[in-house]
Amino acid sequence: MSIKVLYFASLRETLGYSHETLTLPANIATLGDLRDHLARRGGVWEALEEGRNVRAAINQNMAGPEVAVADRDEVAFFPPVTGG
Amino acid sequence: MNTISVQEADFDVGAEIEALSAGRCDVGAVASFVGLVRADTLAGGGDEVSAMTLEHYPGMTEKSLEAIVAEADGRWRLLGTRVIHRFGRLVPGERIVFVGVASSHRGDAFAACEFIMDYLKTRAPFWKKEDTPAGGRWVDAREADDSAAARWAK
Repeated sequence: MSIKVLYFASLRETLGYSHETLTLPANIATLGDLRDHLARRGGVWEALEEGRNVRAAINQNMAGPEVAVADRDEVAFFPPVTGG
Repeated sequence: MNTISVQEADFDVGAEIEALSAGRCDVGAVASFVGLVRADTLAGGGDEVSAMTLEHYPGMTEKSLEAIVAEADGRWRLLGTRVIHRFGRLVPGERIVFVGVASSHRGDAFAACEFIMDYLKTRAPFWKKEDTPAGGRWVDAREADDSAAARWAK
């Protein structure tokens, strides 16, 4: 399963990446699994650990940790929004 | 008609308000909101914001604004909606956002305008970074914005 992951705002700066393409191991089924998987990279990636104030979207719709991730999805992680 | 723009350029408030009722006689009320960059100072003082850079998520931004406007359309009797949100570098005094709503009566126009702003603040993927003498500082989300949006929960 291959997905595109995007990072925005302070999270993008912390991680040093705006996007990446990932081939996911078979045991990753949901957005929560993906977030754990990324946080386990350690170092700056701990910014994605459970409990950190990070929001996510799948295919440009806000999504919670229980939502399934599918092949070719566009997943995004970002801090709470501050527009307007 | 509903129109959404996400753009770097400034906009003409008067022209946008006029366009909401141009050529029609069924509009009895146009309510609008304009958001501006403030030269905030931190508690303690001296740390004035000299500029702000707005980042957004192209694609999702437009999609989320369309969803918010569609939701407003479902809740009130609206005759037209216009949302403009700028991105890029803006200095204090510059306009950031415009929301204009046309309706037959003021009640629907006022309510929908406020609803769209409250939802935009908590759902549209924009992020502000302030330039201060001490360097760049990402603006934190405010709980007050969450409670403002929560008021509209059905």
